[in-house]
Amino acid sequence: MRELRIHGRGGQGAVIASKLLATALFLEGKSVQSFPAFGVERRGAPVTAFLRTSDGPILLRCEITKPDGLIVLDPTLIAAVDVAAGLKDGGSILVNAEGGPETFPKLAERFRVGTVDASAVAREYGLGSKNQPIVNTAILGAFAAFSGIVSIDSVCRAIESEVPFKTADNVTAARAAAGLLRTSEAPALAGAAAREVTRG
Amino acid sequence: MKKVIVGNHAVSWGVSLARAEVIAAYPITPQTQIVEELAEMCDDGRLAAKFIKVESEHSAMAACIGASATGVRAFTATSSQGLLLMHELLHWAGLGRLPIVMADINRAVAPGWNIWTDQNDTLAQRDTGWVQLYCENNQEVLDTTIQAFALAEKLSLPVMIVLDAFFLSHTSEPVDIPSPAEVDAFLPRRDAALKLDTRDPHAFGALTTPAVYMEMRKRQQEAFDQVPETLRLIDADWDRRFGRSWGAVESYRTSDADTVLVTSGTITSTARYVINERRERGEKVGLVKIKMFRPFPTEPLRRALAGIPKVAVLDRNISPGHGGIFAEELRSALYDLPSARRPRVDGYVLGLGGRDVTPEVIGECLDATRGNDSSANAREDLWVGVKP
Repeated sequence: MRELRIHGRGGQGAVIASKLLATALFLEGKSVQSFPAFGVERRGAPVTAFLRTSDGPILLRCEITKPDGLIVLDPTLIAAVDVAAGLKDGGSILVNAEGGPETFPKLAERFRVGTVDASAVAREYGLGSKNQPIVNTAILGAFAAFSGIVSIDSVCRAIESEVPFKTADNVTAARAAAGLLRTSEAPALAGAAAREVTRG
Repeated sequence: MKKVIVGNHAVSWGVSLARAEVIAAYPITPQTQIVEELAEMCDDGRLAAKFIKVESEHSAMAACIGASATGVRAFTATSSQGLLLMHELLHWAGLGRLPIVMADINRAVAPGWNIWTDQNDTLAQRDTGWVQLYCENNQEVLDTTIQAFALAEKLSLPVMIVLDAFFLSHTSEPVDIPSPAEVDAFLPRRDAALKLDTRDPHAFGALTTPAVYMEMRKRQQEAFDQVPETLRLIDADWDRRFGRSWGAVESYRTSDADTVLVTSGTITSTARYVINERRERGEKVGLVKIKMFRPFPTEPLRRALAGIPKVAVLDRNISPGHGGIFAEELRSALYDLPSARRPRVDGYVLGLGGRDVTPEVIGECLDATRGNDSSANAREDLWVGVKP
């Protein structure tokens, strides 16, 4: 089983991202479970959402405190909250950022880091507003390329089935972002990047 | 059709497939998504129901009572304070023998204000004359919602489907959604024997003197006595049609077990994970899930637990001044087993107000009970994970 955590700000689409990713993995025959942080949400405030995926049935129905990977929709969150809290050694982080992984040296020391300028992609395809682009579909495209656990085609099929507005633009944004991914080498500490999962 | 949906929408889909005719509701977190989705279904024509907007949960239940009394299929959903505000009318629906179906998302009761899960809201309604069915996953939610209408209408009893806040209500997972034609074949339109009809005016709920009130109560009890067998038949029919059954009580890996967890709601699922892990290590442990809390499944629980040395009940609820409510009712159900076959029943109070119940927490309870002497009785329920 793999457990992921998605960080965003209210309005960026973190919760929808977790649902889209769950749908994409489901389309590939995986067991999935996704949920928002259980709380009261406000536009602009930090938001988290979660995802479990497994080849077998998922029995755990508790919170995720030690994820295998992170998706960060807003780079300013890295200074604002401890995004890497609980992330397993050898875990991976995909950040929506203008700069490459080298702009997050502290994270790159311990984790495999990927970046993609999902905000620019979202603006290019008119998703959300100029100041508040909705980046979730773009970053999921990059996540398919970054993680290898889900195909870009499945991500696009999930968008087609779940996103009723600007569906084609969202699909194109996802594919475009997949091609713009930049990644760091996995740090030596991490050992094998594909970490075996301890809880089934 | 399989779709990844939240538990709240599994209820909405179930209600829609059951072709509810009147829906009256007042929004409250974490239930609101249920009726939002139903309102959209009514608006865009997917569901031919009258959606009645009301000013409170008390009015929502009143509207359902009026609708149900005219012979139509009525549904509402609520949580916590909303359910408590309905309390008077829950009795009215119960003794009125009106087959209303309601979904309650278990949410802790205020103060302090808390939107997270525990079972005190629904357990406080246990004597109102409603069947209560607690669900473990979104598929069970959808299936139970449709089964609930069949059960309610067969016995003229209202039925409450109960879901944990967030762990089900807001959690997305794949759900197999049957086709309308398949559900129509399982659940025909309601055919009420008695109904209010303006062309043949009668009234419900008139003065009921000591000469007849008690007989009315006895009939209500007799209807509850028929619930286990009726639900078994409905569930078996569902299984034939859809290949899934849920049962009122489920035993999981209990044969040869020396210690058994008793759970309800989503804790059951995490507890299965713990049992699987322990079994791999050779520990003789199992699990009994209580889905149906009213009527209390006394006979199935006796069959499931007689002869098992030790039982640990996980209660996400508290009856102040007494203890965990499932533990208390279970002890009463097992009391007249012969003492050699009567388990020691330990109660654990945990997860209140949405506190996370992890495999580690469940493991602690299991270990504590395994270490206890099966020949002695438990003294009092233990509170798990409480800060000093």
